[in-house]
Amino acid sequence: MSDEEQLGSTADEVEAKAEAEAKAMAKAEAIAAAKAKKAAEEAAKPVWERDPKPPEVVDASGDSLVSDLRAVHGETISSANLIGEDLTLGVDRSGIRELCDSLRNQHGYRLLVDICGADYPQREEERFEVVYHVYSLERNRRVRLKVRVPEGEDVPSVTSVWRGADWCEREIFDMFGIVFSDHPDMTRILTWEGFNGHPLRKDFPVEGIDTGAAIYPERYEEDAGPIAGTGTGWKLPKPEPEPEPESESEGVES
Amino acid sequence: MSLSSDTPRTETLFGLQEMELNFGPQHPATHGVLRLRLKVDGERVVDAYPIIGYLHRGTEKLFELHPYFQNVPHTDRMDYVAAATSNLAYVGAVEKLIGLTPPPRARYIRTILAELQRISSHLIWLATHAIDIGAMTPFFYTFREREVILDLFEEYCGARLTLNCMRPGGQPYDLPVGWEERCREFIDDFPGKVDEYEGLLTNNRIWKKRTIDVGILPPEVALEYGVTGPMLRGAGIEWDIRKAMPYEAYSEVEFDVPVAHNCDTYDRYVVRMEEMRQSTRIVDQCLEKLPDGPIMAKRPRVLKAPKDSEAYFSVEGPKGEIGFYIVGDGTHTPYRCRVRPASFMNLQVLPEMVRGQLIADLVAVIGTTDIVLGEIDR
Repeated sequence: MSDEEQLGSTADEVEAKAEAEAKAMAKAEAIAAAKAKKAAEEAAKPVWERDPKPPEVVDASGDSLVSDLRAVHGETISSANLIGEDLTLGVDRSGIRELCDSLRNQHGYRLLVDICGADYPQREEERFEVVYHVYSLERNRRVRLKVRVPEGEDVPSVTSVWRGADWCEREIFDMFGIVFSDHPDMTRILTWEGFNGHPLRKDFPVEGIDTGAAIYPERYEEDAGPIAGTGTGWKLPKPEPEPEPESESEGVES
Repeated sequence: MSLSSDTPRTETLFGLQEMELNFGPQHPATHGVLRLRLKVDGERVVDAYPIIGYLHRGTEKLFELHPYFQNVPHTDRMDYVAAATSNLAYVGAVEKLIGLTPPPRARYIRTILAELQRISSHLIWLATHAIDIGAMTPFFYTFREREVILDLFEEYCGARLTLNCMRPGGQPYDLPVGWEERCREFIDDFPGKVDEYEGLLTNNRIWKKRTIDVGILPPEVALEYGVTGPMLRGAGIEWDIRKAMPYEAYSEVEFDVPVAHNCDTYDRYVVRMEEMRQSTRIVDQCLEKLPDGPIMAKRPRVLKAPKDSEAYFSVEGPKGEIGFYIVGDGTHTPYRCRVRPASFMNLQVLPEMVRGQLIADLVAVIGTTDIVLGEIDR
């Protein structure tokens, strides 16, 4: 191409540019149309042939139950989300019993479905989570409450609100080592009473632990009683030193 | 001080001492390895303290170890006389977590399997409950019908007890040829058999003496303890997850929820007997409406839950609400999988029901609670 041609072709260039732009636009439009067509095809498909779509998480501050509870308990509720249709409230540890009390007595959540724990050691603080599921028969609605607990801290027990919380909280104590204050009988429930460790913590190995600790330290004197990880459960007496093998009789078979 | 034979003698009398009695874990009437520490005054139970955990296998820990698909067999081994409903609760929770929708045919097959399972679980309950109280005959009759159900399961998935018969996203197998006819044959036959059992027990004077006004569980106590299932309906509260939050095909079939109001062992018996009839109704309608089409949804080969996702899903099991709470962390295994066991919550109320009753009635109350220790201890 010569310089003259280049100079003289500014008008052409503009035209070409415009053409290219139009082409790009058309292309983008075509892509968008293809996308829309694909989306429409996807939507036209029966729901079980579509790609799996996890439930969306939506802020639920506008929910009437949340605003009612916030009016009374204020700071206690730190977050409120709708996951699909499930209302999930993040609750401050200190106010959980009062919140449960008003949920049960003012809002009709009379059925305690479940309480369970979860361990998140990767979190810097507030390692554990206690999750409550409560249900209202009148409203036919389930609400999930989540409480974060640092290691070594207590959670107020809700046994005074629902008596059924008793065993659930004992199980969490057993499995995670979270202590519930004011619980009537804070003992192990699934493992035996002298068990060492809390099996559902993430740092508890699946194959079990061999701590060598006494299982019933309060019942037996020191150096007596069953020991964790010895297989038989009992500490074996120290083996007596083996007598020197007689050199002649061994290795000769008659 | 006057005494009649039916006043609860919770206080010590005649200088006799209260005695602690160990009941179980190796006792035929405890339905497994339940142990009760009883405080008795003569023949009267003053207090009971259940001790559980003899069958603890760490299932919830195992759930965290295995991929979503491989966890289904673990659910079989919890409530081992009702594996299909545990399967259903687990796959339902995974589907809710990931956003899968099973196709209609799979939903109907699941409903049929779950209802057959409910019947078979109630048959086990009736057999063991009656034999505990002293009625031997229903045991043979109920096991005759249970055998037919187990044969149907075997034909469908190859297993009789630990079924492993559902997958997240749908069903692993279609119904075998002729299965529908054989199932229908059983369903048509079964209400007559329930009449047979009822002929043996419902108006039997001994049965009534042993169950009426025994093990009273008032509705407010039942709710307080989180009791669900036939125990709650026997206490006069009409609540059934199949009606309240319909899953699978339950919104498309007609059935009634039986409720009884005397809150005693006899009423819970009546409720469960009626539930068996209603289950046959559901299976009957499902077989009639059974749609054609695929049995498995489009799903990835490896299921991965999104990061920081969580879901709780529960079904109405034969014993009560079985729920799964699963937390996903973006990998192919659950981060945390909690089982909400029905029997665990139902057993907790046992001391309330046996205080002041006879030891013999304690056996009737354990029977009516319909516990499976595999589910309690997990």
